Amino acid sequence: MLRAPASLRGVDPARYVVYLGFLLVLGGFAVALRNDGFLSAANLLNIVQGATPVTVMSVGTVFVLTAGEIDLSIGSVVAVAALVGAIVLRGAPWWAAAAAALLAGGGIGLVNGALVAYLRLPSFLVTLATMGLLAGVARWLTDLRSVPITDDIFNGLFGSGALFGVPSLVLWTIATVVAGHFALRETKFGAHVLALGDSAAAARAAGIRVRRLRMQVLALSGATAALAGVLYAGRLNGARYSLGETDLLTVIAAVIVGGTRLSGGTGSVPGALVGALLMEMLNNGLILMGLAVSEQMMVRGVIILVAVALTLRERRV
Amino acid sequence: MTAPALSLAHVRRVFGGVVALADLSLDIAAGEIVALVGDNGAGKSTLVKIIAGVLPPSGGRILLDGTEATMTSPADAQARGIQVVHQDLALADSQPVYMNLFLGRELTKGPLRRLDRRRMIAETERLVQALDVRIPSARAAIRDLSGGQRQGVAIARATHWASRVVLMDEPTAALGVAERERVERIIAGLRARSLAVLLISHSLDQVFRLADRICVLRRGVQIGVRRAAETTPNEIVGMITGAA
Ligand SMILES: Nc1ncnc2c1ncn2[C@@H]1O[C@H](COP(=O)(O)OP(=O)(O)OP(=O)(O)O)[C@@H](O)[C@H]1O
Ligand SMILES: [Mg+2]
Repeated sequence: MLRAPASLRGVDPARYVVYLGFLLVLGGFAVALRNDGFLSAANLLNIVQGATPVTVMSVGTVFVLTAGEIDLSIGSVVAVAALVGAIVLRGAPWWAAAAAALLAGGGIGLVNGALVAYLRLPSFLVTLATMGLLAGVARWLTDLRSVPITDDIFNGLFGSGALFGVPSLVLWTIATVVAGHFALRETKFGAHVLALGDSAAAARAAGIRVRRLRMQVLALSGATAALAGVLYAGRLNGARYSLGETDLLTVIAAVIVGGTRLSGGTGSVPGALVGALLMEMLNNGLILMGLAVSEQMMVRGVIILVAVALTLRERRV
Repeated sequence: MTAPALSLAHVRRVFGGVVALADLSLDIAAGEIVALVGDNGAGKSTLVKIIAGVLPPSGGRILLDGTEATMTSPADAQARGIQVVHQDLALADSQPVYMNLFLGRELTKGPLRRLDRRRMIAETERLVQALDVRIPSARAAIRDLSGGQRQGVAIARATHWASRVVLMDEPTAALGVAERERVERIIAGLRARSLAVLLISHSLDQVFRLADRICVLRRGVQIGVRRAAETTPNEIVGMITGAA
């Protein structure tokens, strides 16, 4: 027999902290910067576009963390993929360049995944190693030189273009977030990722191919990092070894603040989007407030700490 | 004569230097309940894990309906109609009851193969009602259930999907009196579905209430198999402890 009503304990208040924090920071900047055009449409659009690469990476990272793994190599994959795309673009059309970049990122993720799944190495150590290795590859590929991109289609599609008046970076944000949310919430793949991060033994006992799933998740993370690299390259009209260098921490902060559990089993793609927008809004607002770079870094660190503390505090049992 | 649903021939498992299971041979017919008893560490869970495809055997053969089966993963075992209630239950704690019941076999709808939550919830409610498993809701997370309710979910899942063999590793260990009686009724009901049942229990009362035959293990060694109707709890205790 079923006893009504369902308990409310299933509602996790931590999930909604990010939305509240987002509104608070938005409101704070709106008041503090009311004369600096913070709330202007142009500036808000800037924030969304500035957040696009981190948002795209966050979608892959939501899957990785939800599955109970971690991918530290995403920042380096951004640079390698962007450089691969820019180099291929010298002698091939835009689509071949984009495909090459995505294949490079997905391939790197697949190698990470194979090492984790079949050699049973912890993803933390595997991706820590590939992070360093790929940072070296990114420097070696062009001998530290940046590669300009002059292909208008590439730069438009992945950078400054627009469709029906909507900037292409905004479209990429919407597309990856919608696809990621759908995959996590509405498909067997997502259900299996959630179960895997919750209890690998339970997932395996239920007949889920756990090793293949771990590989798929890390490949996905490599692919989204590569897409982020392509989007950087399109926006900046060129690729450089330093692209994505500082994004790893921003991505992880955005995803955790967005309600994905570092220990796996719970994840939210919309939460990660809001987390990424929050991070970019902090960047944007602190610059508009005229803070020096050193001050920006400190303030951002404190705010992230508060946000993460609020998010995680609720979940400790 | 038809071949037994599950047939184990000289099954053996070694962990490093430890012989967890020495040489076990046992047949279970469809519609039969065989109890596996033995003290802690006797090798009972090890045998369950081997049949479930969780652990590979170090030696011996497993036959299903007379055909040799090599199971290299739980997915293999499930595809052959084997279901398990593991001692540690193997549930995903943050996920709702209905997702656990359908884990690995989720129902989908439409061309995009979206999860059909409504149908999974409805089927879960029907199933737990039929088995008289009392949970607050099919949408409740496993971690919000009591130990007995979790056990009920694990049993509902195993009995729902099994088509040949059900392995139960101490399925009533955490249950109160009323819940234990309900689970025992469910187990007895598996006979009518022509399933072969291997039941592990530390309660000899329960073993004698349910089992057709009793297989005794002591430190990995198969001491013997008795018909429940032709033996006594005293004889079984003697076999378990080695005192007889
Ligand atoms: N993964 C493992 N690695 C090493 N040794 C193991 C492993 N699993 C089980 N063993 C050993 O095998 C022996 C049998 O263990 P098993 O879990 O099968 O016992 P059991 O009969 O189920 O006991 P209990 O009644 O306590 O559940 C024990 O000595 C145990 O220490
Ligand atoms: Mg055991």
